[in-house]
Amino acid sequence: MNTSPYIIDNPAQNDFRLNRQTLVDPDILTLEKARIFDRCWIYAGHESEVTKAGDFVTRNVAGRPVILARDSSGGLRLFLNTCRHRGAQVCRERAGNTKRFFCFYHGWSYDNDGKLVAVPGDDAYPESFDRSELGLTEVPRFEEYRGFWFACFDSTVPDLETYLADAKDYIDLVVEQSPDGRMEIISGVQEYDIAANWKLLVENSFDDYHLHSTHSTWLEYMKDAGVDTKVPKGLLLPKRGIGKDLGNGNAVIDNVNFRGRPVASWIAIYGEEAKPAVEAAKAELVERLGEERAERVAETNRNLFIFPNLMINDGSSVTIRTFWPNASNEMQVTAWALGPVGESPIMRKVRLDSFLTFYGPGGLATPDDVEALEQVQNGLTSTVKEVPWSVMTRGIAKDGEQLNSDELHLRTFWRRWNALMTGDNVSAKAEAAE
Amino acid sequence: MSTNVTRAEVEDFFYLEAALLDDWDLDGWMNLLAEDARYLVPPNDVPDGDPDTTLFTIADDIDRIRGRVKRLKSPDAHAEYPPSRTRRLITNVRILEQDENIVVATANFSVHRFRRGGKGGAYVGKYVYRLNVVSDGFRLLERRVILDAEELGALGAVSFIL
Repeated sequence: MNTSPYIIDNPAQNDFRLNRQTLVDPDILTLEKARIFDRCWIYAGHESEVTKAGDFVTRNVAGRPVILARDSSGGLRLFLNTCRHRGAQVCRERAGNTKRFFCFYHGWSYDNDGKLVAVPGDDAYPESFDRSELGLTEVPRFEEYRGFWFACFDSTVPDLETYLADAKDYIDLVVEQSPDGRMEIISGVQEYDIAANWKLLVENSFDDYHLHSTHSTWLEYMKDAGVDTKVPKGLLLPKRGIGKDLGNGNAVIDNVNFRGRPVASWIAIYGEEAKPAVEAAKAELVERLGEERAERVAETNRNLFIFPNLMINDGSSVTIRTFWPNASNEMQVTAWALGPVGESPIMRKVRLDSFLTFYGPGGLATPDDVEALEQVQNGLTSTVKEVPWSVMTRGIAKDGEQLNSDELHLRTFWRRWNALMTGDNVSAKAEAAE
Repeated sequence: MSTNVTRAEVEDFFYLEAALLDDWDLDGWMNLLAEDARYLVPPNDVPDGDPDTTLFTIADDIDRIRGRVKRLKSPDAHAEYPPSRTRRLITNVRILEQDENIVVATANFSVHRFRRGGKGGAYVGKYVYRLNVVSDGFRLLERRVILDAEELGALGAVSFIL
């Protein structure tokens, strides 16, 4: 077990270093599961995934197999997908609609409120056998903010809204794209593995420092399509953007758009036929939100990180991305596209097309991110004794605003991670000092 | 070419395309495409989806195919540098529909991908092609690549032309 500190955090000396064992050591992953994933609010799903009573989807949340279900009275439930009898999963389909979750092993079945409703041969059980105590187990806590549902396995931590802190304002900006305030997960999920530590994807998902070197072919593609990719002096990206700490480890990069937004900033790639629809979306925003707020929604992008494993990237499309470590050097990634409920066919087409230009396992950029993270993992795993520390000090000596290509937002993540892992407040003090 | 296309003619087309892609002759491959060709890889959970309403893995029109090929020829396409070695095994070729100068054909594939250090994997599935019959053979109108795996999982990315 690694005994040196996880991070060296000394802003007074302009020093911030990361112990590479945190990305390598399997014992650290075991601790992370207990101290982070079992103690934080973990994204479980979106309300739009189960719209009718009886609808369900199955997935893993915080490492547990779960059923996200719409119950008989229209409420959302998150059941642990395990039979109370011997433990088999009671639902094996990806998604569907049902009145019963049926365990094929011995035939116990549950209704969509989780109640145990059938036990074959129940006359053999003693009188103390009480069906009402043997319903499907629900996660201890299950709360939502604007349609995004989160689970928490710790009954002692603050509620979801407190946990989200200033990240709520950024979720609001995402949801305000929708005329009636409702967003939906669009059909089609991307599930792929990356042979790298999960925290590398946290960093990568809102690290704009890497854009120029990792994604030069994507920038070239955008330039060929008529997007202005010239970089002004003092920046590393075509437009200005800042990194911000949102509290509780949540953070964001908040960028002026240059790459087009379905809602609502037209670029030539969308095609002339889509221009009126994008402009109409902008006009609707102005009408509903006023000029200033409409500009904020339509002309800025945000890569929003909700600690510890949710990214909402609201830029050339809206990407919901969550990830789970299978091992210290391997993660499973799940990504969806999100769009306004009732979006017109042409806008939906633009949104999906725009997603794929950059994002996903077949996009023109994400595969290079995956390659980068796997190269990092390869590079540091066996050299950790000789090269134990990574440096993470971009912007640390600055007063005031930090750029999206600085590393304040990455330090925000690591400080929270360190505080939860060690229980000490050194990081909080350092954060206040920066 | 007559509008009565034979399976052998379609097989030759699949084999030629496979050879060009395995050789990374991407310009040669582009010559097989119609002016308005589409290259589609549906998501693993919605293999029969429509790219206008479902998030695909890849849904390229001809402009993005050109952009993709330009990118793949660059040493800065990091996911494919050095380029993956691939070997395509194509079987079960069938003509599904034939109408005037349009042929819909399908084939099963196993595309083996190899990267340095033992990485890679077997991409297994079927092609569904809409082909335009022209005087010197076929041009691809739509190339739909359907993967059988429930999720991409350890295959990771579809960063080469599958």
